[in-house]
Amino acid sequence: MDRLPNVPVLTLAGLYKRFGGLVAVNNVSFTVPQGAIIGLIGPNGAGKTTVFNLITGNYKPDQGAVLFEGRDIAGLKPHCVVELGVARTFQNIRLFQGMSALENVLAGRHCRMKSGVISSMFRLPGQRREEKQALERAMKELAFVGLEKQYDNLARNLSYGNQRLLEVARALATDPRLLILDEPAGGMNDQETQDLVHLIRAIRDLGISVLLIEHDMSLVMKICDNLVVLEYGAVIATGSPAEIRRNPKVIEAYLGTDSEAAEAASGGRA
Amino acid sequence: MIRRAAHQLRRYRARSVLGPERYVFLAEWRNPPRSGPSGLGLSVGLSLALVTMLLTLPSVLGLYWTDLVNDMMIYAVLALSLNVILGHCGLFHMGHAAFYAVGAYTTAILATRFDVPILLTLPLAGALAGLFALLVARPIIHLRGDYLLVVTIGIVEIVNIALKSNIFGLTGGANGLLILNPISIFGHEIVSPVDFYYFILLILAVTILLFYLAQNSRFGRALNYIKQDELAAESTGVNTAHYKLAAFVLGAVWAGMLGTVFAAKIETVSPGSFSYAQSVLLFAIVILGGPGSITGVLLGAFLIISLPEIFRDLQNYRMLVFGAAMVAMMIFRPQGLMPPGRRRYKVGQFLGRFPAGAALRRNKQLEGADPTALTDPADLPSLADLANGEGKGR
Repeated sequence: MDRLPNVPVLTLAGLYKRFGGLVAVNNVSFTVPQGAIIGLIGPNGAGKTTVFNLITGNYKPDQGAVLFEGRDIAGLKPHCVVELGVARTFQNIRLFQGMSALENVLAGRHCRMKSGVISSMFRLPGQRREEKQALERAMKELAFVGLEKQYDNLARNLSYGNQRLLEVARALATDPRLLILDEPAGGMNDQETQDLVHLIRAIRDLGISVLLIEHDMSLVMKICDNLVVLEYGAVIATGSPAEIRRNPKVIEAYLGTDSEAAEAASGGRA
Repeated sequence: MIRRAAHQLRRYRARSVLGPERYVFLAEWRNPPRSGPSGLGLSVGLSLALVTMLLTLPSVLGLYWTDLVNDMMIYAVLALSLNVILGHCGLFHMGHAAFYAVGAYTTAILATRFDVPILLTLPLAGALAGLFALLVARPIIHLRGDYLLVVTIGIVEIVNIALKSNIFGLTGGANGLLILNPISIFGHEIVSPVDFYYFILLILAVTILLFYLAQNSRFGRALNYIKQDELAAESTGVNTAHYKLAAFVLGAVWAGMLGTVFAAKIETVSPGSFSYAQSVLLFAIVILGGPGSITGVLLGAFLIISLPEIFRDLQNYRMLVFGAAMVAMMIFRPQGLMPPGRRRYKVGQFLGRFPAGAALRRNKQLEGADPTALTDPADLPSLADLANGEGKGR
């Protein structure tokens, strides 16, 4: 399927999500152009992960559209969204901990394979060919993130940083055109974060657009083409990292206003 | 050869006293490392010995014990079919006797009312049990853990009551149905325990082979992903609802076919054979032996079905010991006596074919972040090396 050059990979249009009385996502709209790295930032509880869950099908939006390459994917089941070409990682690592690194990446290959119970039980030629190709591809993705030598280690035995990389490799194995990273640098040290910057750029160079949530501002400012700032579920600013850094609303959201700061300092209102 | 075997056993024992090495021992025991032609000779020799033993077993055991072994093998196959659902996919399903009942009654009804040859009813029994599983599991497939458990208990109870109350006037009520025509293969009628021994042994062997191949495939992995983390499985592109249903249907088809074998062997099918207690027994076999492990389930079937029979004299204390053993198991070895080994993949040919972290290196060069690295990219540490080495301080 040919992609039109000017259609953004992802367009969110007027997304709403309520949990009881709480409006977690309030009229959120933004786009991810093809080949871009977009950062979604905001204070804790701003609704960033909820937006991700709306895109990936883990939640259904109450209102609004999620257009992936022009097609509305809102409300599709997560595995269908993956099949269409949107892969994700999780904020709190969700690997198959008791399985090897290789098998974790093979999970990503699953949706691109076809063999079922019968062809597996009788080891039909198509099944064997497919299995071999999947292994090759999985090893390639492991090598891409630098975990090739650890292919046989259980996921739970990998270091924290490597577990994050393994999640990325698993996501890449699904042949995504949009990769959604939820706090990829969470729990990483400076060196690991440095390497992550290179990795994310390398992913973009493969033609995969990236949307990420991150609290590490140095990383966000370094790699993102554009930023979207959320507060209380609503978009309060969009723009290049330089613009966002100067935006008074953003500064207020992160640091509080002068009067609030003064109150907090004097211990006025609890 | 014997000396060699003893030597290997000593080696394994020596390793097995160490903590995690125990699992290496188990894994190697199941997938012995290739050690040249002599190792191959050993495994061929052992296999031949095993096959000879299995083929001559009935003449050694006599009719009574052969019949007991037959029962045990039927339970083993049933437990293997439950293992697909409970062991591989991690679905707490305690109503397996319901599917078994559908198969057995399909055969009984067709054989008594329509005079269909028993063997012909086998695929039909499997298909009907599978269809039944599809119908009852579809609405409950999203339930998790103990909620599913409670509903599946409900299913087996409903089936049991339906059979007792002579549903559609077909099942013969509490007395069940009497089957008079035996299984006949090419004119040879399977009647005696010895006949059944070979017949069921064949079914067991085929089941082990097919389930082994299925578990080491995309299908088996998908079930394991669901067991490990359902949300992650769904989010990496596994259609979890589909695979959970597929596990149910595959398990039910097998149980249904075993229902045919059971009906032919026992000659009477009655509701008592398909009770909740039977389901619990199968559940216990899988949990005790090792969920997800074929050898474990076989061991579980042996322990739970045969031991009570062997220690018949201690009848009064049987259930006491049984209960105590189950409690001890759950405390000391919750993963079962023989938990599944790791899958092995042949990836040697791919190792080193893709330069490690190539994309990262290229980017570093483009940036010129580290000018010294430009001279020889191979000297640059990969991302993983960095994470291993310098990430330790965290």
